[in-house]
Amino acid sequence: MNPIFNQGTSPAHRLILVLCCSVALIFFDHKMASFETARGYLQSLVSPLQYMANAPKQMMTWASENIVIRQQLMEENQNFRENELFFHEQMMQLSSVRQENGRLRSLLSSPVRGEIKKMFAEILSVDSDPYSHQVVINRGANDGVYEGQPVLDEKGIVGQILHVGVSSSRVILISDISHAIPVRVQRNGLRLIASGSGQIDRLIHNFVPHSADVKQGDLLVTSGLGGKYPEGYPVSRVVLVRADESREFATIYSEPVAQIDRLRYMLLLSKDEPVKPKSPSTTKKTVVGKS
Amino acid sequence: MFSNNGFIILLTLLIALMASITPMPLSVDAFRPDWVLIVLVYWCLALPNKVNIFTAWVMGFILDVLLGSVLGVHACAMALSVYIVVVNFQKIRNFSVWQQALIIGVLSAQYHLVVFWLQRFLSDVVFLPNYLYPVITTIVLWPWVFLLLRRVRRHFRIE
Repeated sequence: MNPIFNQGTSPAHRLILVLCCSVALIFFDHKMASFETARGYLQSLVSPLQYMANAPKQMMTWASENIVIRQQLMEENQNFRENELFFHEQMMQLSSVRQENGRLRSLLSSPVRGEIKKMFAEILSVDSDPYSHQVVINRGANDGVYEGQPVLDEKGIVGQILHVGVSSSRVILISDISHAIPVRVQRNGLRLIASGSGQIDRLIHNFVPHSADVKQGDLLVTSGLGGKYPEGYPVSRVVLVRADESREFATIYSEPVAQIDRLRYMLLLSKDEPVKPKSPSTTKKTVVGKS
Repeated sequence: MFSNNGFIILLTLLIALMASITPMPLSVDAFRPDWVLIVLVYWCLALPNKVNIFTAWVMGFILDVLLGSVLGVHACAMALSVYIVVVNFQKIRNFSVWQQALIIGVLSAQYHLVVFWLQRFLSDVVFLPNYLYPVITTIVLWPWVFLLLRRVRRHFRIE
């Protein structure tokens, strides 16, 4: 028989102790950011749990990838072949354009842009927490991931690395409420800042004057200012411009180009150690970005 | 905590943790029940001498790490919700399962509101009604989890 009156500290005392701990944790983690290194260790500590939680989904994916009929595979193969031809053709053009661009830049005595090293990553888990938009990927410090590294999918910018674990790391998405990214309008080079709104399909542009030339459907690309994101990758497309003169600034919303709600494979870009692109599929990103 | 098959408790809590981070489609994700809270509340009602506020706090802390939120937010909310159960466990035990489900609903709502309030305090998030959708699924889920865990507890004679 268990004792009805429990011994030891009373629940109220325990609660107070625990609440004090929480407040201290929140303060040190949020205000002082003193847990950055500890977070990395904790992240690698819980990564087995994440791998295990991901197992059912992985099994489903494996099954759906294995149970396909021959017809489908052949069609897919055909599509890939066509795409490859297409990209090869684009790459041939690209190399000559790049050479020309490099020559022009050297004529203008501005620095030649180096190649960007890319790393492939797969999504491990998505946070169910509605207040923060983050995903976990299967690359960590062992693979050379570093904090602040830009992440993109095949359409555009996804976000940047927030915490690095040993074998997994955490990506903060551009739609997170605490994230902002410097962009420019591709059409006319107007500079804006795209802040996350906490909603997956909306970025907000604050402090844009009414006179700014922004139209619905404009593509916004990274401006390269701030040094975090390399220049020229697509970020979002303007979906709403409301010029309400009674307000101080124009209301502008845009929708991320990357499919943030159905991410699976991603690319990590790193600035240093320029290397030659290995396959046409990696150069595709530069084609999209620089065009 | 580990005497008399107590590791089963830890196992159920780990499964609950995993269930709360498995990837789901976005539309289903909004309705994800509070697995960890349900399992914790069950063990608090059944074995208050084994599972207490400290367990809840540690679970909340792990959830914080897993979800990438500011450390201590979920821990704090979880401890507050479980405190109410710990203080009133003898009353709650005597209710019928559906009455218990409603109480769990209130606890879950409180949990989500505390998390929201803390997040609001730390960053400028805005309240959306779908932050409280999990309460509905948690209420519906409670009787089934209750019956399942009771069977587990009796089968393994966890005391």
